[in-house]
Amino acid sequence: MDKVMSDKRIIALYVLPALLLVLVLIYVPIVLTGYYGLMKWDGIGAMTFVGLDNYSRLVKDALFWKSAGHSFLLAAFSTLSLIGYLAVAMVLAGRIKGANLLRKIYLVPMLLSSVAIAQLWLKMYHPSNGMLNLVLQSLGMKEPIGWLSETSIVLLALFVPIIWQYAGFYILIYYAALTNIPSSLIEAARIDGATPWQVALRVKLPLIAGVIKVTIVLAIVGSLKYFDLIYVMTDGGPNGASEVMASYMYHQAFRSFDFGYGSAIGFFLLLTCLVVTWLIRRLTASGEEVQYS
Amino acid sequence: MVKKTWPLVLVALLLTMLALTGCGSTQNASGSDNGAEASTQPSAAASTDQPASSGEKMTIKLMHLWPAGSSKQHNMIVNQIIDEYQKANPNVTIKQEILDNEQYKNKLKVISASNELPDVGMTWAAGFLEPYVKGNLFAPLDDVLGDGFKDSFVSGTTEAYAIGGKTYALPLELNITPVYYNKAIFAKYNLQPPKTYDELKQIVKTLADNGVAPAALGNKDRWTGSLWYMYLADRLGGPETLKKAIDRSGSFEDPSLVKAAEEVQNLVNMNAFNKGFNGLSNDEGKSEFMNGKAAMYMMGTWELPNYTTNESVPKEFRDSIGFFKFPTIDGGKGNVDSWVGGPGVGLFVAENSKVKDEAKKFVKYFVKRWGEESVTQAGVIPATKVDTSKVNLPQMYIDVLNELGKASNITLFADVQMSPAVAQVHLNMIQALFGGEVKPADFAKKHEEALQQESGK
Repeated sequence: MDKVMSDKRIIALYVLPALLLVLVLIYVPIVLTGYYGLMKWDGIGAMTFVGLDNYSRLVKDALFWKSAGHSFLLAAFSTLSLIGYLAVAMVLAGRIKGANLLRKIYLVPMLLSSVAIAQLWLKMYHPSNGMLNLVLQSLGMKEPIGWLSETSIVLLALFVPIIWQYAGFYILIYYAALTNIPSSLIEAARIDGATPWQVALRVKLPLIAGVIKVTIVLAIVGSLKYFDLIYVMTDGGPNGASEVMASYMYHQAFRSFDFGYGSAIGFFLLLTCLVVTWLIRRLTASGEEVQYS
Repeated sequence: MVKKTWPLVLVALLLTMLALTGCGSTQNASGSDNGAEASTQPSAAASTDQPASSGEKMTIKLMHLWPAGSSKQHNMIVNQIIDEYQKANPNVTIKQEILDNEQYKNKLKVISASNELPDVGMTWAAGFLEPYVKGNLFAPLDDVLGDGFKDSFVSGTTEAYAIGGKTYALPLELNITPVYYNKAIFAKYNLQPPKTYDELKQIVKTLADNGVAPAALGNKDRWTGSLWYMYLADRLGGPETLKKAIDRSGSFEDPSLVKAAEEVQNLVNMNAFNKGFNGLSNDEGKSEFMNGKAAMYMMGTWELPNYTTNESVPKEFRDSIGFFKFPTIDGGKGNVDSWVGGPGVGLFVAENSKVKDEAKKFVKYFVKRWGEESVTQAGVIPATKVDTSKVNLPQMYIDVLNELGKASNITLFADVQMSPAVAQVHLNMIQALFGGEVKPADFAKKHEEALQQESGK
């Protein structure tokens, strides 16, 4: 086997299929998107080169910035919700009764497809016979609330299922990281007289800091490019009140038949994600990495 | 060790080969298909005069949007027509590709970019059609319409598919938009179908006061609200005003178009629509009407089966539904026989089809047979004329077909009339208008800006 791995040609041969797939399916489309972003193109007819026109239009497009604002708001909310997930994971990892069952319960939303979740929440939010309004009305509320039709609340009404949807995923990651901590460390801390709070904050948290960083990146980048629930539940409406960057891109490209502009938005979205990822890594690079031993 | 490496290398090689040939083989298959089509092309051209006699095999690819699951009746008729055609022309095989509506639209876009359109496919009118015609992808079908075939269409329907004087698709469906109403609810509150807009408002008031949603609306889909706006615009300003605003011979800031927007907001303020309509899809809005919670529902005649033949809807409900024409407005220029509506899908023939002549023949045959079968079997109102004396139809169909006969005008759905980009502005503005987030004057102004920008390009 050593001989195989020392032969560079063989290594290249093994890497090749995966490399080709990644190139063809990811990097080539990215380059093409960048290229289309410089064009005026309706997706069917001939393309004309317009340079950076699409991007200057992007900078001035109030609707785009509104949807970008929504995306960043979602990113902020999902990052904050990580604290909640972490707390739940800590409790679950603390060997409480029924932790195993609870863990599975939290994971269920993760197993549902986005469209099924969307349908579920559409039913709950239904203005006249949705569960939410029925409960509120039985508690004495007079006028039913149009959760998805009031421009002032539609965005928050959408954030709830999105955050709920990913709860299981992050709890699972944290749970795995927490159960990986050698129990000897925790026992040592306890013997030294640390309270449960101290164990959680001073021992466990630093030990899973690496995992937390990864989840922050995942949550923020995932939020910035978020699309599915919003597309199914409101389609960005009413009148753009719940539009995010990805849905705005879709609408420009596939509804307004403006593939050039849609591609420019897509490329901008990619750049945003890259910059944000880099920023997070810079901000969270704390120098010292805590190790188990 | 060396011996051990070889099987690994071999497996890797095999895998890559498999992956490559996996793609390659389909290309080969389609390549040979093309070859076969290419070889039959001369005979196809020759066979236009004497069908079915020349025996060279050919395949016509047909792409449509009526899957057996969601459009059972439609699908059945398509298959029936194809069977008939293949029997009459044994040398022709018709290959179907079926997709759902949204997927169909997306796929059409993708394959037209790579110029791989099917020989025959479905398209929508006007704004949807335009980029395809500009891209030179659809073949003109005026030669098919010759010999009096054009006269078999309801007048004005083929024109919706004409660009620059040439017709690029033949319509299969025609829909107009009545207001359906629940007779039981109307009777309960002693109401009559309105003859004037003031009567309609009175009905809305009575129903709203009694806690019944006057009209069902699911405005998440936005074109649903657009129907209401279009009727108000038509009754106030006459059919030409909106048309002219869109084709730029007029202005969207015409007083009657602004007034129509005001009227929409008046209706909303009178609680004319069910709660939360801006967050509900058309299907959800419709269910308010189907559950008997809302008294009226403005929708295209594609809903007719639900009120006549659809067995899964309770008979009692079906029997209690009637329709009325959107009433006239005092002082308005529109008349009551002017409809909002338009042809639905039509068949196109691809410009670069290898079997263009045979495909055109098939389209002609299909449209003709569809016109004969669709109304009785699937409850679709075809764009070709129907002789109501010869077919056995529910009364509501006959009423609608008769209305169609005396229609003074059919205004094409606004979002179809407009180019895709302007249509998006229109639809978003409709949602904002119904939601009370935009003033009527700004509503008109935003339209005017978008239309101007488009025509300036």
